[in-house]
Amino acid sequence: MKSESVLEKVLVSGQLAVTSECGPPRGAVPEIIKEKAELLKDYADAVNVTDNQTAMVRMSSFAACVFLKQMGLNPILQMVTRDRNRLAMQSDILGAYAHGIDTMLCLSGDHPHFGDHPEAINVHDLDSIQLIQMVKTMRDEGKFQGGADILNPPKMFIGAAANPFADPFELRVARLSKKINAGVDFIQTQCIYNIDKFEKWMKGVTDRGLHKKVYILAGITPMKSAGMARYMKNKVPGMDVPDEIIKRIADVPQKKQADEGIKICIETIQRLKEVEGVSGFHIMAIEWEQKVPEIIEQAGLLPRPVV
Amino acid sequence: MITAERKPMEELTEYVKNHDRILLVGCNECVTVCAAGGRKEVALLASALQMDAMQKGKTLDITEITLERQCDPEYIEELTPHIDQVDAVMSMACGCGVQEIARRFKNTPVFPAVNTKFMGASERQGVWAERCQGCGSCLLGLTGGICPIARCAKRLLNGPCGGSSNGKCEINPDLDCAWQLIWDRLKALGMEKQYEEIIPAKNWVSGRGGGPRKIIREDLAE
Repeated sequence: MKSESVLEKVLVSGQLAVTSECGPPRGAVPEIIKEKAELLKDYADAVNVTDNQTAMVRMSSFAACVFLKQMGLNPILQMVTRDRNRLAMQSDILGAYAHGIDTMLCLSGDHPHFGDHPEAINVHDLDSIQLIQMVKTMRDEGKFQGGADILNPPKMFIGAAANPFADPFELRVARLSKKINAGVDFIQTQCIYNIDKFEKWMKGVTDRGLHKKVYILAGITPMKSAGMARYMKNKVPGMDVPDEIIKRIADVPQKKQADEGIKICIETIQRLKEVEGVSGFHIMAIEWEQKVPEIIEQAGLLPRPVV
Repeated sequence: MITAERKPMEELTEYVKNHDRILLVGCNECVTVCAAGGRKEVALLASALQMDAMQKGKTLDITEITLERQCDPEYIEELTPHIDQVDAVMSMACGCGVQEIARRFKNTPVFPAVNTKFMGASERQGVWAERCQGCGSCLLGLTGGICPIARCAKRLLNGPCGGSSNGKCEINPDLDCAWQLIWDRLKALGMEKQYEEIIPAKNWVSGRGGGPRKIIREDLAE
């Protein structure tokens, strides 16, 4: 084992892992993060805590992770390279690990253009692949990026994202391979609606044997309405929502659309369980965390293993 | 070249509102090529400033001059005969030229007439685009001759991010994704394998991270 991470233990045991996500509040309101955490407790092996997602200021991922940890959940510290240089990132990693946070997700982060501080500079001292390298060096060599020794090096289980739906499609497998070579342990994918395209990507992954070098968790996000489906298709960069999904949701009465969205989610999970190389699911119910337990339950992913 | 764009008139008239005699200085290098601060733009701006002064019922005496290069002390000397005749200088050169004038003439205020933008190239008539950020340790040999630092919105050295769509950047559908360009070029050169080489964390000391930079050529320095 590379870490004490519960997620690592579940994945190593060969069982399908389940992760979920909660976004910290736009204010110093611990109750909000605690309520979301309460909903996810006992349903997910680990819970991602986003880092100023969509470039909007929120409570820091690190601080919110500490609340989750205190409640007995296993938080995944998300870290984007947009807002901090390598000094700040390493100090947060030390701080998080000192609080018992042993799993993280390395991202470049949405461009400030999309957020509420478009005038901010984006740092990108490192990119996501270099961040993975840095965290691995901290863990395996006990050294800071600058080369000095670390007292009690942080043993992080290292995650990253992959978007099989972004362009150019033909280098998306090679990009995963780069992340593996950088030292990533697990991958959470972009939300999957175009299953055919995802399977095509996974075929490329398994053809190269990459699924034996990294655990891939398939990204799942329930749609609340046809409006949300259209928004995701047209407004969210890197999202691939086929028209038949939108039509399927739009064809049921407004009041039933959320249920249809959940149904699609569960069907997607059932189908993806059969896909070689899928090691688990990452269920992101954006501001809809109360639905996560029923998705996990109905998808037959309960009870969660005790490791 | 270094590209620039003229500042809005209101900002320029605000600078000169308390001055009666100004020296308006163009530059015959980059800002001439990008049509921001050459001889022609000096003449146009001089007329516009005078027109504005007239409308406000004041007189503004403007001496126009365009130097071969404003970033070179040797050419800046050509301003010496004029400097006592004016109470301010307005420079249409890039920030380098403005600062050279300020360095040479300690007692005369100098105002910038352009916003210096970036090091770029002309894509077509009237369109210039950023190409280089002067990081001080060129990576173009690894990236197919396309710079991700200057041309990727996140300056990812190992891109593309998940927002690359149909060859365009997620922040602007008119902006090419630098990593799509890099990939296309590596493919065309039969260098796809190069893509899988991780470019390690950059040493930014050679760039602005190491503080203001200077080149000293021992063989040339006096």
